[in-house]
Amino acid sequence: MKTVFARTPSLKDCTTHYCPGCGHGIAHRLIAETIDELGIRGRTIGIAPVGCAVLMYDYIDVDMVEVAHGRPPAVATGMKRTNPDKIVFSYQGDGDLAAIGTAEIIHAAHRAEQITVIFINNAVFGMTGGQMAPTTILGQVTATTPQGRNRTGEGYPLQVSEIMALLPGAIYVERCALSGPAAVRNTKKAIKHAFELQVEGAEGLSLVEVLSPCPTYWRMPPAKAMEWIENEMTKVFPLGRLKG
Amino acid sequence: MIEKRHACNAASERVLMCGNEALAEAAILAGCDAYFGYPITPQNEITAYMSRRMPEEGRVFVQSESELAAINMVFGASATGKRTMTSSSSPGISLMQEGISYLAGAELPAVVVNVMRGGPGLGNIAPSQADYFQATRGGGHGDYRTIVLGPSTVQELVDCMSLAFDLADVYRMTVVVLADGILGQMMEPVVLEKKPRRKLPPKDWALTGAKEREQNIVRSLWLPEGRLEEHNRKLQAKYEQVQKNEVLCEQYELEDAEVVVVAYGVAARIVRSAVNRARQEGMPVGLIRPITLWPFPMEQISKAAEEFRLFLAVEMSSGQMVEDVQLAVAGKAPVLLHGRPGGGVPTVDEILDKIKQLTIPKNKRKMKS
Repeated sequence: MKTVFARTPSLKDCTTHYCPGCGHGIAHRLIAETIDELGIRGRTIGIAPVGCAVLMYDYIDVDMVEVAHGRPPAVATGMKRTNPDKIVFSYQGDGDLAAIGTAEIIHAAHRAEQITVIFINNAVFGMTGGQMAPTTILGQVTATTPQGRNRTGEGYPLQVSEIMALLPGAIYVERCALSGPAAVRNTKKAIKHAFELQVEGAEGLSLVEVLSPCPTYWRMPPAKAMEWIENEMTKVFPLGRLKG
Repeated sequence: MIEKRHACNAASERVLMCGNEALAEAAILAGCDAYFGYPITPQNEITAYMSRRMPEEGRVFVQSESELAAINMVFGASATGKRTMTSSSSPGISLMQEGISYLAGAELPAVVVNVMRGGPGLGNIAPSQADYFQATRGGGHGDYRTIVLGPSTVQELVDCMSLAFDLADVYRMTVVVLADGILGQMMEPVVLEKKPRRKLPPKDWALTGAKEREQNIVRSLWLPEGRLEEHNRKLQAKYEQVQKNEVLCEQYELEDAEVVVVAYGVAARIVRSAVNRARQEGMPVGLIRPITLWPFPMEQISKAAEEFRLFLAVEMSSGQMVEDVQLAVAGKAPVLLHGRPGGGVPTVDEILDKIKQLTIPKNKRKMKS
């Protein structure tokens, strides 16, 4: 019998702790596939964030570290500067990267650190119980915006990729989504490109923003969550290559 | 000439250097692969020196966007098995406490130099010893310790650097070198030599890429019930070994001393002069100078408490180390404090006055009785 699809070796054969319909599992698989396709498992170091993906090292079979909330780009800087031959990537959520870690991501890009950043934007703080994230869209109900996010007092959704694209040290910035098979294929292409740039020694930071479903804290079934990305999130966070 | 200063690697040439630059060169000699730092007075000479010397050596220097980032860059470099350090002064060290706690949890080696200044808050830029509690009690969240070295001369500061990197690697801990504004700025003749390293354990835990081996994970999160308690017990067992094996302290003029002054760092230098003056005037006074502030020389002080009458802690704070002296003396003798907070530096005369209040010169005792 011919095998037409198999689990990629760098993705561990186990059940994840993620909620049904969560996008992290898909994003993990795309990263693991990329690592195997590029043949870089033996020189890749990954950084897991504080947040739902903190146990990412239980699912992706490469050397990994788990670090303080928001600090992955600083940790990645320390790793890559001392190990320029290694492939260093951080995997960060919207609380990690767009709230507590804005200084670290901006300055890592500003210094043109040769690292790859996978930014998972699900418009909500997942692990702590569905509170407002900087990327929560206007009107979105969360644990800390019970009336829906109001621009007065709660501010506007933060468009990280647009900000990053302004920085000369960020050489590749693309926003994709996990809202369906075609979108997932595009996300894979973007993630692979971001890793390839680092493998080639491109002089700067690459960031792929991934709009990812959180059915649990969006309070909707998984299929509806996919639709919500396409119908609501992409209005605020338009897909496409912003730079590079 | 700056060029001359580091051309002194040929052994045992004495050069005149300020503490900040001397410790930086000593770190390079100790094999520091990467330095990360953010400017803050009174330690800016370290960052500036490293920005020039590390690239010369083909090593890594990064000026970070904050102390938070600096300590996390240290975390990243250390996780890959490199020798790495940062330096700062009190307010910046406060910002680093989060990272130091994570380093402790993940058992990563690191060297952190704190050239202390007056606090709290922005305080001032005068020399101080007010970060003793923060350094010796861990400083960040959770049950952990850092090894703390308190040198009192520029030469000792230099010698502390190779020791700090070795201790960090042996115990997989953060080692804090606790200096102050005087020691950082003061110029003294020093000998800069490459020291033989201790026998160091292999860094088989380091993240180097899982090439032909299973993945390595560096972490501080332990969720399963009982697992974090187990991890903490392992850390504590390690700290007990440090307490058993690594205490360093100097005992000066202790033999017949009736007053024992306890002081560290720059304060101990001033006390030493006061002890010499007191001796000239016939007063039996001695000095115990802790060099490791954690582990603190509990046994040495406890033993002294059985023989001597009175203890005086002298420090440039409102009284922090004095609590460790009290713990060591454990009620066997009175423990007094002479503290100068907020950047105040005690003079020899004021310490001598304090000593005079506490003891009677031996040659005057008979006249009294």
